[in-house]
Amino acid sequence: MMESLFYGASAVALLATVAALTRANAAHALIYLIVSLLAVAVLFFLMGAPFAAALEIVVYAGAIMVLFVFVIMMLNLGEAGNSREREWLAPRKWIVPGILAGILLLELVLAVRHAPASTSGIEVPPKMVGLTLFGPYVLAVEIASMLLLAGLVGAYHIGRRFIVRRDFSRPGDNS
Amino acid sequence: MGGLQIPLEHVLLLASCLFSCGLAGLMLRRNLIFMLMSLEVMLNSAALAFVAAGARWGQPDGQIIFLFILSIAAAEVAVGLGLVLQIQRRFKTLDMDQANRLRG
Amino acid sequence: MTVLWLIPFLPLLSATLMLLSAGRMPRYLAAWLGVGSIGLAAVCVALVARAYLADYQVQELTLWTWMSIDNFTPRIAFRVDGLTVVMMSVITGVGFLIHLYSVEFMWEDESICRYFAYMNLFVAAMLLLVMADNLLLLYLGWEGVGACSYLLVGFWYRDPDNGRAARKAFIVTRIGDTAMALGLFLLFTELGTLDIQPLMAAANDRWQIGDTLPILATALLLGGALGKSAQLPLHTWLPDAMAGPTPVSALIHAATMVTAGVYLIARLYELFLLAPPTLAVIAWIGLLTLLLAAFTALAQKDIKRILAYSTISQIGYMFLALGVGAFASSIFHLVTHAFFKALLFLAAGAVIHCLHHEHNIFRMGGLRTRLPVVFLSFLIGSAALAALPFSSGFFSKEGILLSAWTQPGIGPWLWAGGLLGALLTSIYSFRLVFIVFFGETQTEPDRQPGWQMAVPLIVLCVLSLVGGWFVLPLSGVLPDPGHEPVSHLVEYISIGTPLLGLTIAYLLYLGRQVSIASLMASPAGAAVQSFWYGGAHIDKLYHLLLVRPFTGLAHWWRNEPVDLLYNALVWMTRWGHGRLVVLQTGELRWYATSMVFGLLLLLAIVLRDSA
Repeated sequence: MMESLFYGASAVALLATVAALTRANAAHALIYLIVSLLAVAVLFFLMGAPFAAALEIVVYAGAIMVLFVFVIMMLNLGEAGNSREREWLAPRKWIVPGILAGILLLELVLAVRHAPASTSGIEVPPKMVGLTLFGPYVLAVEIASMLLLAGLVGAYHIGRRFIVRRDFSRPGDNS
Repeated sequence: MGGLQIPLEHVLLLASCLFSCGLAGLMLRRNLIFMLMSLEVMLNSAALAFVAAGARWGQPDGQIIFLFILSIAAAEVAVGLGLVLQIQRRFKTLDMDQANRLRG
Repeated sequence: MTVLWLIPFLPLLSATLMLLSAGRMPRYLAAWLGVGSIGLAAVCVALVARAYLADYQVQELTLWTWMSIDNFTPRIAFRVDGLTVVMMSVITGVGFLIHLYSVEFMWEDESICRYFAYMNLFVAAMLLLVMADNLLLLYLGWEGVGACSYLLVGFWYRDPDNGRAARKAFIVTRIGDTAMALGLFLLFTELGTLDIQPLMAAANDRWQIGDTLPILATALLLGGALGKSAQLPLHTWLPDAMAGPTPVSALIHAATMVTAGVYLIARLYELFLLAPPTLAVIAWIGLLTLLLAAFTALAQKDIKRILAYSTISQIGYMFLALGVGAFASSIFHLVTHAFFKALLFLAAGAVIHCLHHEHNIFRMGGLRTRLPVVFLSFLIGSAALAALPFSSGFFSKEGILLSAWTQPGIGPWLWAGGLLGALLTSIYSFRLVFIVFFGETQTEPDRQPGWQMAVPLIVLCVLSLVGGWFVLPLSGVLPDPGHEPVSHLVEYISIGTPLLGLTIAYLLYLGRQVSIASLMASPAGAAVQSFWYGGAHIDKLYHLLLVRPFTGLAHWWRNEPVDLLYNALVWMTRWGHGRLVVLQTGELRWYATSMVFGLLLLLAIVLRDSA
């Protein structure tokens, strides 16, 4: 039962990802991506990592994807954007990325082929994660907080409207 | 709950597939939003591999690395989407092949 | 003694004020400041000299420690003994007269403020040179006067020739100064101090007469002295230095700076006494220089160049005296020479000033009645220069010649050479007087010298006449062997030689008894004339031996053969850049794809290793 759930979720994740990356409409692609993330959350849960599963849903599928939704709504690309995207997805454009990704997959498969045994099936509770996080990993937490701060400041700065001062095609012309 | 016993290589195989998909998407798509999505997929696949490895030994370290990947993804998306807005404003397009001013 | 520090400080202060005004100072204020500061310094010197003459007590004043590096602690300190008093008196006394003269001479020049600033700075540096109690401070003054000389020779810098002359003066003396600096390094590393008195004591303790080290050290110091005092082989800059204003020539290139080399050797005489070979070289260099310069002076046409070669020649006498150990006679000649050569230069300046800047003596003539004060000055100056009996030059030159005569071994040769020089001196001095002041008038003077010019001339006339009776307070400071009585014949010859020269000059240039023109017209005569007119072609020789190879080398190096290697590197980098730049397409997807290539490669390597 659990095994079939696992393989089912795996299949959903894989299919949803492929679908997300091949859609022309950004909103549709985003929905598929969220599905994929939710399926991965199920996998986490099944592997005995409920804390990670919860965060995958709340932060990844929730918060981060909402940012994408906002941006897509703000840009409002419309049908013209979609048809252009379809044009860019013509089959012959797939050749090089497909081959390279295929080779990579082959190499990865070769690398993980001899992975030892199976998962332990032991659940790692959030309490244990929290204790370890603020124990041996406390320095890494600090660094992560610095990273988030930098992301915050960077996003605020880059996102400001008045950063656009000059039309690049006509130097010296202030708009 | 939990207690599922799956061959580890199956999970890693899934992660490899997801990663390859993400990479293919990154090389294929010209729209910056889709490129960011591909990056998310790749990050997520790496997180999956870590969590699986943590589950193999019943240690919390895998989940902790997942947390760090999460924060990296959050920061990257915040800055990346900011860039998306700027590029759209400046070039009136998200086609990264046209935003190639920084060439030699 | 508190006024001691004022002596160099006053000229320095006024120079600083004038330089800070950036030439905007009103000219009467600049003149007052320039002359007044030197005058006040002269008064201070008089006070110091009176105090010294009262009890012959050496005065010392330490202002502060200049720098302190390990055990090297030179101080800003002054030491005033008899030699310094003499030098200070000459510098401020003659300097004051020349400054006063300059007021009229330079009045119409737009840069009079700059002129007085440089002149005051020069006086300050020169005073520092003679008052310094250690060799480093002396070197500061030494370089300071060199810099001021450069600035003043090139004072009228709009003419590129003047700039060239200034650079020549600076560079040629720099060759000597480099040797001197090396000498100072050697003295410090060997003796551990640069304070003059401890240094000489230490030298006497550690070195024997004739040791290699004192010979080397004195030879290096001599290099500096030769450059500064324009002696062979570094004398070529002085005639060109006449490009500066005439009062500058009088002060720097006749009375004070060029005698700094003589002062240096006299100041360090104990060191030089340890090196008899150096002294012999000094004597021979002095003799050669005085003869060569005298011959050259005989053939010149430019009034200032004649005086310049005459200066070189007279300093040659001083070196001759130093070389035979007659230090006091040398300083005595330095003083009298300062008087009469300053007089001659100022008189020549007056002639030039009144004759629309005419320098060629053959376009002068008959000025005896037109410019009586100048004529009188020139006559007295020439008499002293030629050492006619009872002029100041007579006493000093007599002392030198007799000291040379009593030198064992080479003495008579030096004496004979000096005597020949005296004969030539007499001839060229009176050639100048006869051509410029007698004969027909060629150019009418358009003005008469004013009182600012006349007063210094008259004072210097008096000094040139009576200077020979001065008794310099040098006993106990400098040794003077005091020549033993010599036969009266030698004395009579010494007295008679200048008179003979005067007669020859009269016959050749005034009496027209012997036709000089026909002599000059002959090919041999013309060749000799041209040879000496060109200063024995030493400039050409240097040009051929030093300047040409150097510029040739520089020309060759201009293409920078060593840099070819580095340029090739640059070129290769550029070429590679040009090829590789196409990889930077600016396209994000292309970058991602390249990274994937790298990733694939790395993974393949890892897999192969683990397999």
